[in-house]
Amino acid sequence: MSTALAIDVTGLSKSFGGPPVVQDLSIQVPVGQICGFLGPNGSGKTTTIRMLCGLLTPDAGSGTCLGYDVRREAAAIKRQVGYMTQRFSFYEDLSIRENLDFVARMYGVPRRHEVVGATLERLGLTGRQRQLAGALSGGWKQRLALAACILHQPRLLLLDEPTAGVDPKARREFWEEIHHLAADGMTVLVSTHYMDEAERCHAIVYIAYGRVLARGTTESVIRESGLATRRATTPDPEALARALRDRPGVEMVVRFGNSLHVSGHDAAALDAAIAAVRADPATVWAADDPTLEDVFIALMGQTRDTLQ
Amino acid sequence: MTASLRRFWAILIKEFVQMRRDRLTFAMMIGIPVLQLLLFGYAINADPRSLPTAVMAGEASTFSRSLVAAMGNSAYFRIVGTAANEAEATALLARGDVQFVVSIPPDFARRLLRGDRPALLVEADATDPAATSNALGALSQIVDSALARDLVGPLAHLAARPAGYELRLHRRYNPEGVTSYNVVPGLMGTILTMTMVIMTSLGMTRERERGTMENLLAMPVRPFEVMLGKIIPYILVGYIQVTVILLAARFLFQVPMVGGLGLLSLVLVVFIAANLSIGFTFSTVAANQLQAMQMAFFFFLPSILLSGFMFPYRGMPEWAQTLGEVLPLTHFLRIVRGILLKGNGWAEIAPDVGPLLLFMLAAMGIALLRYRRTLD
Repeated sequence: MSTALAIDVTGLSKSFGGPPVVQDLSIQVPVGQICGFLGPNGSGKTTTIRMLCGLLTPDAGSGTCLGYDVRREAAAIKRQVGYMTQRFSFYEDLSIRENLDFVARMYGVPRRHEVVGATLERLGLTGRQRQLAGALSGGWKQRLALAACILHQPRLLLLDEPTAGVDPKARREFWEEIHHLAADGMTVLVSTHYMDEAERCHAIVYIAYGRVLARGTTESVIRESGLATRRATTPDPEALARALRDRPGVEMVVRFGNSLHVSGHDAAALDAAIAAVRADPATVWAADDPTLEDVFIALMGQTRDTLQ
Repeated sequence: MTASLRRFWAILIKEFVQMRRDRLTFAMMIGIPVLQLLLFGYAINADPRSLPTAVMAGEASTFSRSLVAAMGNSAYFRIVGTAANEAEATALLARGDVQFVVSIPPDFARRLLRGDRPALLVEADATDPAATSNALGALSQIVDSALARDLVGPLAHLAARPAGYELRLHRRYNPEGVTSYNVVPGLMGTILTMTMVIMTSLGMTRERERGTMENLLAMPVRPFEVMLGKIIPYILVGYIQVTVILLAARFLFQVPMVGGLGLLSLVLVVFIAANLSIGFTFSTVAANQLQAMQMAFFFFLPSILLSGFMFPYRGMPEWAQTLGEVLPLTHFLRIVRGILLKGNGWAEIAPDVGPLLLFMLAAMGIALLRYRRTLD
């Protein structure tokens, strides 16, 4: 059972009359895994998720979601998938409980009253169940949306940037809940822009320009990127950044307060470039691991170059 | 001052840009006045002519022949057929096939010549007083001059005043010519058309505008389930409106209610559902709530003008009548006026229920075809 795939699609493509938004995309997610779905804005994450849950018909490609064909069995997929949209999409003029009642009726949840009550309790919404959804702050809306998604006990959760605009504490609680759900056997595909959230996933898929650029655990993605990074602590990072930016071997220079991350794929060329500006004794250099963010931005830059 | 001017200019530019983006709204802003101009200018006529008339001739004398010919030649009457007896004449009027029935008694010629002042009976369908009053006003003039041509020589004295015959006008269904008898039942249809179409036309567009559509589509729900679920609550609202209007009609305007209200409420389901389906179709086409409102208005305008609610149906030129024939309100007005004022039963209203049913099914079909199950 551990090798069974909840999502298994290959060659998915989709365009909306213009250039392809998603191109030849393949994703495999084993049952019970939390898979992070990362990529810049407009990279095709939402389109992919919508194709997985039957909201969009792929132009090409095939595969299964929970064992159902993504092209022909959209109705069966919809019954067993919980989809949390990027934008809050519940009824603002209904209370929390009324929204959940509506969703429960839609999915024909047995013992509705009991299940809604339990879900409210699980997400700490019981005290607010009579509040109108429109009056809730971002964090509570997100909880309501999650509650509505898991109400019918789906086998797969598709979460589209669920934590955008949510404060760190609410985000942490949200991720606790996701891990609980995964522990119960639910598979989760979650798109995000937060690197700390990516690190909470069992595996990540990084896409840009509609294609998969990297996949695996965060460690393996960083390792396989082949990116070398050096960190400098310096009193004048701005001047150092200017001095380094156009040297051969230097691909990225990123400022973090008083320190500077300098990265490149060719470690030797990178060190040569640094040696040329190393005169200042006030600057302390150290080798460092690239961050996930460094890796992603480097990947994006490479892909853009090969596309142009 | 210049800063103020600059800011005003900024708003102005933005408004124009937004106006240009929303093509449909712009088209409506041009389209609605054009539609109004055409309808009011060409279709509307408060002085209907060529009203269909049946003749019930008890005899075939010179007088009756020239009488019928004169009426047919006049602008107001158009002889479309004959009625063999009173029952047939009543049926023609009840169904609305004719506006008038002219009865010439069997011994009209003999009694006219004898100076008995025989009665010439004209029965009018007076549910809409405006439709008949001008024609009835012209009637005695027409009869006088028709008979005057035959009453010459020794008969000339019979053509003198007072006339040698008695013109009996029988304004059926609305003897006093009370306008509100006609308008109030008509309002029922008009109000239902307006509110029902608007209500549902906002239905799907609201889901789309508020972003709840995506969620709805992600759920395992079928199009007809969505449509029925969205339509049926408003059928209830429609019945509440009808109740209010009927109570007002009864107690404020003393509108006669001759026919069966049970039959009326049965037909109402069809009419309300037809309008709701149109609204639902609009809401699957419109991009936002404003567009949906405009579409509803675009539908409402011809409905109110061409259905015979505001202006006599028979006053309109043929193309406008054909157009009116397509609108559900036209048929509903005939049904509701028929039931309330004429006491019509199933047999009389059936010819208008058919088109209504057809319209409802077509509108529902289009709505379901237009409903998108995906975001493609």
